[in-house]
Parts: sequence; structure tokens; C-alpha cells
Amino acid sequence: MSQYSSGGFWRRLMSLIRKETRQLLRDKSNLLIGIGLPIVLIFIFGYGVSLDVRNIRLAVVQDDHSPVASDFVSGLTLSRYFNPLPAQSLHSAKQMMHDGRAEGILHLASDFSRQLSTGQAQVQLIVSGSEAPRAGPIVNYMNAQVAQWQQKRVDRLGLGQAPGARIQLVERIWFNDANTSTWFLVPGLIVLIMTLVGTFLTALVMAREWERGTLEALFVTPVRPTEVLLAKVTPYFGVGMLGLVLCMLAGRFLFDVPINGSLLVLLLASMLYLLVALGIGLLISSATKNQFLASQIAILASFLPALMLSGFVFDLRNLPVGIQVISYALPATYFIELIRTLFLAGNFWPLIVKDCLILGGYALVLLSLARYVTRKRLD
Amino acid sequence: MDVGQLAVRARAVHKAFYDKQTRITQQALKAVDLQIPSGSLTALVGPDGAGKTTLLRLMAGLMQADSGGLEVLGIDVDREPQAVQDRISYMPQRFGLYEDLSVQENLDLYADLHGVSAAQRSERYRRLLHMTDLARFTDRPAGKLSGGMKQKLGLACTLVRSPDLLLLDEPTVGVDPLSRRELWQIIQQLIAEEQLSVIVSTAYLDEAGLCDQVYVLHEGELLAQGSPAQLRRHAAGRCYIATPSNGQSALQLQARLIDANRLIVDAVPHGGEVRLVTQADVAQVQLSELLGGAPLRGTEPQLEDGFMVLLRTRLGGAPAQVDALEQKPPGDNVGSGSDVVIEVRDLVRTFGDFTAVASTSFEVRRGEIFGLLGPNGAGKTTTFRMLCGLLPSTSGFLQVAGVNLRHARASARRRIGYVSQKFSLYGNLTVLENLRFFGGAYGLRGKQLKARTDAVLEQFDLKGQERTRSGELPGGFKQRLAMAAGLIHEPEILFLDEPTSGADPLARRSFWRRITALAESGTTIIITTHFMEEAEYCDRILIQDAGKRLAMGTPQQVRELVQPVRAPTQPVLSMEETFIGIVERGRNGLGAGEVQV
Repeated sequence: MSQYSSGGFWRRLMSLIRKETRQLLRDKSNLLIGIGLPIVLIFIFGYGVSLDVRNIRLAVVQDDHSPVASDFVSGLTLSRYFNPLPAQSLHSAKQMMHDGRAEGILHLASDFSRQLSTGQAQVQLIVSGSEAPRAGPIVNYMNAQVAQWQQKRVDRLGLGQAPGARIQLVERIWFNDANTSTWFLVPGLIVLIMTLVGTFLTALVMAREWERGTLEALFVTPVRPTEVLLAKVTPYFGVGMLGLVLCMLAGRFLFDVPINGSLLVLLLASMLYLLVALGIGLLISSATKNQFLASQIAILASFLPALMLSGFVFDLRNLPVGIQVISYALPATYFIELIRTLFLAGNFWPLIVKDCLILGGYALVLLSLARYVTRKRLD
Repeated sequence: MDVGQLAVRARAVHKAFYDKQTRITQQALKAVDLQIPSGSLTALVGPDGAGKTTLLRLMAGLMQADSGGLEVLGIDVDREPQAVQDRISYMPQRFGLYEDLSVQENLDLYADLHGVSAAQRSERYRRLLHMTDLARFTDRPAGKLSGGMKQKLGLACTLVRSPDLLLLDEPTVGVDPLSRRELWQIIQQLIAEEQLSVIVSTAYLDEAGLCDQVYVLHEGELLAQGSPAQLRRHAAGRCYIATPSNGQSALQLQARLIDANRLIVDAVPHGGEVRLVTQADVAQVQLSELLGGAPLRGTEPQLEDGFMVLLRTRLGGAPAQVDALEQKPPGDNVGSGSDVVIEVRDLVRTFGDFTAVASTSFEVRRGEIFGLLGPNGAGKTTTFRMLCGLLPSTSGFLQVAGVNLRHARASARRRIGYVSQKFSLYGNLTVLENLRFFGGAYGLRGKQLKARTDAVLEQFDLKGQERTRSGELPGGFKQRLAMAAGLIHEPEILFLDEPTSGADPLARRSFWRRITALAESGTTIIITTHFMEEAEYCDRILIQDAGKRLAMGTPQQVRELVQPVRAPTQPVLSMEETFIGIVERGRNGLGAGEVQV
């Protein structure tokens, strides 16, 4: 009976992978979640959130009415980013900000022109952080505005002013210390998308087989549970990696997020996390054996925590201790930390090694558990 | 394969299931002993819940017995399930076809998993596709096949190689008589050519009659075993055919006989006569008194007769407490007259370019039992849904209970009751809550609702179960509850979509006893069924195929279309043979493929 029992591993596995891939490609809803959703998320978090900052309602408190100061303010009026709203005093400007008529205050103190002539001037910019994603760009634009105005002044006066004659923008972001930006979001987005594809889709496909009873016939063949699981994981691993590539391309070319660390490490770390996500998905579906339950649990137990508790949006240091414990139990937390470091800071090896070990451990435990739970039994 | 070797040997196999929600342990198998020789065709027979599926799953290594020993092909399944699974093929009741994969891709998958070489494959495929008549559809996604074709594909997938043992779990459930016959032809052909060992579970006793050995299971116990001939012998000398006389109808005679359960084991209408099985040692005097002068003649026992004797001996009891039925005053209508409650003219329903129902016309009179029959994909369900106002018709005239369904579907719906094929009550509500909900949905409240709830509880023998969650009811009770919910608002017309599939013969007898009583009290019944013999209970039947009307009339009239003259020596054509004959005649020259919607 050796023809049945041994040596068929690769043939069976390849056949199952072919089947899974076909099913994946034929079911439009899978592709929608696997590829359509990442694209939508990229656009929402990328463009919708940060680049579309226009018409900034800026209360301008001009305590210095010298020609120089007025020139600076009129420069703002011409900008397509700013809508300057004259304010009588700092107090009334505050009022405007509180009742939402303005989202920022620009304050030129009465000694602006005097300071400028001494070579060191300050303008104060106060930005409302209640809409955090707008705060960053407002500061950025104002910096650009200031620089541009200075450049023009140098050109116009042609008077080789002393290099020290600069305006320093003193910025304050009120109501929100953590300033989120595209750079900050895109790496986090990778985590979200991989969680979604890995956990949500996998939980659904495996539960679907339990639900439709397709496993019953499949089990009474020489197939081994490991082969069934590997075949499930493989195509979805591909979809997850596709999501990663989409995010990285968008991050690099649409949002100019730097990738300071090693691309190879980034890829390897992402694969590790994807395995973790797939393991969670397989576990959920094996435990529930029901598509509806599996999708609910996948959202509640993996996607939402990854969104809310992993540091994707909210800084973990600000969380209460109890929640922090949960956060540090989430694999997503470590992956976010790792991937942000890799994108923005570079190869910081102690952290890379630590996080990769943690993720690898999770992957091993979860996949073994999934293998243990998936048995060729119906009772 | 050495003959004389055992394919399956079970010793005192026990299996219980524990329900976490109800904290009830259900014994699925109790001390089952089996010795099934290799190279034979064996049937496991029994109603739903008898333990057939559990037994097959244990053999397939998908479940573990609580105690006892089970060897399959000489291997201890408990210890080495994989070794068994490498050598057997198993077709579960709901065969897991991958619906988004094509016919060919499904076959390829199973061929790969079973390690069938490319050389063996082409020959095997050719044969299987030829036998299943699926060669034309290899590129079609499995999900787009009709029910019968899916079942054939499932069988083909399990047969991509010649297994040492083939397990088939109710391969013909939900399949029409034509496809059923085709499936059995395939199985028998393979047995003849490859000396396969096959164990098949079935609820159809005529299928069991084709097997070498039959094991009768009931509520987890082995009730009897033996060859079909041995089992038939249980009813030997107790089978008769009675011809109704004195203006009595066959159904009236049948009802009277089946109610006399101290004398009669079983009675069914059969070709305008009544076939009956008496209890042991019934005196001729008692019998003729009961028959009231209807002439009686002896007949050969059938497997079903033997089965009924076994079940009755085991369970005793009456089939239905029909005396509890509230009889409406006669003269109200009673099964006669020209009172048309459903009128259908040139009814058409299309889905895209597919015609599900092509211009069908019929009338149903008050108090009639009207059977809607047809193979899978015949448009029965579509017709049904249009009659119930669940689906608008594409064209044609449709009037139900005096209301034109094109204009006033809602008001017609109040006058009809619908019991769907699947159990569609709320499983986590109790019996009483379900009835109250459905009563309320039909506008009953207060005393009226209470009175109706009590009445249907009584009528359907559900007293004592009011507080049970309906999801936890045994199959027969569920079916009765569904009927009770469908009748709570005293509809003029009751629609029943395959109400008896999966029910045991006893439950089916009492079901039909209730239906005939309901019809006598003036309720019109429209019913579909896969048990062709049940068409005998209908006043008139309509046979459809591929959306077209093929035949309509009383069962006898329809039978005469196929068998116009019958020599006295010739047996009465069974409804199943009649049905197949009608459909085949209709298909000659048509040749349209089956399509499912």
C-alpha cells in the first residue's frame, strides 16, 4: 500500500495549493479584501488624511504694523494653503480657535520688525491638534511659507543680509502632543493590511470549508492535516505580501516615506508577522468552524486591537497600565515598533533582533497550535 | 481482495454525543455489532437519527468510538485512522464539492490526493464521465450543476481510483427518481466490474432491496440484519391488498385501516387500492369486519413491509392521534365541487435567458391534495414560490384564494400557510414562543392567539414540549412544529415543500394521516415530495420537467398514460416507475440539459 501512504506529500500539497489559488482568484470578495481594501486604505490614510490640507483658516494677530510685517502677512493671503483671518488680539484669536472658526493662530509680536533688523525674529504659530492629521502639514506649510518669504526678501533687497537675519518659527501644537503624519501612518498601515489579509481572510476560508462540509470528504483521503493547512496558508501569504508591496510602493512614491533601514530585514520581518497573522486566522477558524463567528472574532481579536492598541494611532505610553499589558501581548505592537524603526530610523539591531525573535516565537506557537487543533476528526 | 475476509468488524461499538448547550448526552450508537464481508454490497437502513452517519464516520476514522472495537480492512481505525483513510473512499451526505472549481478541477484534485497516475487517470476519467454523463460539463463550475449532477460528480470524485472499501452516506438523499436510478446504475456497474466492497446508508428501502446484506438501525441500535429476502420474511403471510368498495375512496379505507393499529401494522394507498400488513395472528373475522366488505387478496411481502413489522414490534404505538383533529362541520366543502382556490394560467418565470417555468396551467379545488412532482431542476420550487407570493411571475395569470397575486400578494399570504423544506423556525426560541411569534405575525393576538396555539399544540401532539427550545427537538417533532406554525392562522391553503424527506416510515405514515384529515376538513394542500409512492395520497398530481408540464391528473390517470392496459397477471406500475416513464417520454426529442437556478 506504499503507493498511497508515502511520498505523495509534494504532489498533494501542490494540488491543494493549486485548488486554493483557483478558489482565491475566482471568489471576487477575496480579491476585494486582499487587494482592493489595501488600496482603499492607502488612499484614505495617505491622501485623505494628510496631503489634502488646504484652506487653512488661520487667525492672524498682527501686533506690528510695519511694512515688513504687513508684507509677510500679505504673502499668506496669496498662498493657496492659507486663509488668513485678521484678529484684533491674541485673546480674540484664541476665541476664534475655541469656537472652531480658526484652526491655528499666527502671532507677529509688536517687536517683529525690530527683531528682524537685529537678525533674529520670531513668529508664533499655534495649531489646533484636535484634528491631528492637519496639524503637522500646517506647521510644515508655515515653515515653507516663512522660508519662501525670506528668500524673496533677500532676492528683492539684494542686500546680502547677514546670514543670521532669519525668522524663526516658534510652533506649538495644542490639544495633541503626538503629531501623526503620513510617515507615521504608512508603516502602521502595513500592519493593518497584513492583519486583515492574514487573519480575516484565512479565518474565513478555513471556516468556509468546515461550514460547507468540504473537509469531510477531503479528510478521508491520504491527505494530512499539515498539507491542508500549508495549502491554505500559501496563497494568502502571497496576497499578504502583495499588500505589503502595494503599501511600500505607495509609501515610497506617493508619500515619499523614507526607508532608512534594510529592505531585506523589512521583508523578512513582514513575513514573520504575516505568519503570525495567518496562525491566528487558522486558529480562529478551526475553533469556530463557522464563517460568521470567525469573521466577528477575527475583527474583534486581531484587526481592532491592531488598529487601536498597537500604537498605530495612539501612543502606547499614554495608555493605562492595564491596557498596556494587553498592548504588549499583541504581536502587532512589536511589528509596528519594528517596521517604524526600519522605515524612519534605520537598522537598529538590538530592537530588530528582539522584535523578530518575539514575532518568530508567536508564529511558531500559533501555527503549531493551529496544526494541533486541526485534526481529521468531526467529533 | 481475498473473499471471506471482513471489510468491517464492529464489536459493541458505543458512541455518545454531549450537547454543551442542553447538557444532554445523546446515545448515537448503542452496542453495535457488525461483520461485513469483503466484496459485498451492504446497506445501512434507518430513519434520520438512527446512527447511520455516525457509524459510517466511525468507519472512516472521522470520529472515535467511546468504547468497543472497530476494525476496517483489518486495521484498528481508532489507532490508525490514516492507514484506513489511505485505502477507502468515502462520500459524505453533503459531498464537499468545491463549487467554484469546475467539474474537471474537482476530479483532478481528488485524483492528485489519491495519487492516481496520469496514465490511469485518462482511462478512469473517460469511464467516470461517461457513466455519470458529465462529459459535456467538464468546464462547468460544480456550483452550477443541478442537485442530481452534483451528487453524480461527488460519486465520481470518490471513485477516481478503485478503493478497497467504498462508504456512501445517503448518496441519493434529495435526488429525484431518475438521478437516483442513474446513481445506482453506476454503483452496481462498478461493483460488477471491480468487485468493490460497498457500504451504503439509505432511507429508501427499495435501494436496500438491491443490496446483499441489510442492517436495520433504529435510534442507535441494530434492529435486524439479513438479506432482503430474510427481512421480507418478517411480514410473510401478513400482506394483503384491499379493494375499496361501497363508494369508499382508497384514501378513506387506508385512513380507517391505519387507525386500527391493534390489527394493522401498515396500510398505504397503492394504485387505487390499499396495501396492508396485519399484526401477527389476526383472525380473518376481525379483518373482514374492519374492512367492511372490501374484497381482500394476499400479496407477496416487500422489504418495506418487513421493515414496518420490525419497527412496530419494536415501538408499538399508533401512527397519529388524528382523533384530536378538529373536524370542521361537513358540507362546508369536503373535497368535492367546483370551488377553485388556485387558478394558474400560462404561468411563466424566467431568470435571465433561463426559463424555470414555461407556461404551466392548472387548477386546484378546495380540500384537494395536489402533488407537484418533477426531477431536480423541473421548476417545482419556482412554481411553489410563485404560488406563495414569494416570487413574482414573469407572465401569466395566478389567482390564489380568490386573490390575484400580481396585484395583492400580501392579502393572499394571510390565507396561505407555508412549510419549507428546511426547518425555518427559530431554533433558540421555545416551541411556544415560535408558535406565538408566527401567530402574531399573522395578526392573531390575545384570546384568539391562545386558543389557536393550544389547538395546534394538541393537533400536532406537541403538548409537554412547549418549553423546549425548538432547535433541540428531535427531527419528527421539528417537522410537526413547522406544520403547527404553518397552520396557526388556519390558512385555507397549506403549501408543503418536501415535508417528509429524511423522515422514517412511521413518521411519514402519521404525517400523511394528518394531511388527509386536514384535507377532509377543507384545507387545500399543495405538496412536493421525492417519495414517489407518496403521490398515491394525492387527489391529483402534476408532473413537470424542465419547466414544462408533462402530465396531470389523478395518480391512476397518470399511471395509465404509461401503462394504458394492464394484464391481470401484471403488477400495478409503481408511482416511481410511472414517474420515470412520464419524464423519459417528455425528454425524448427534448434532450435539454439540466440547469439549476
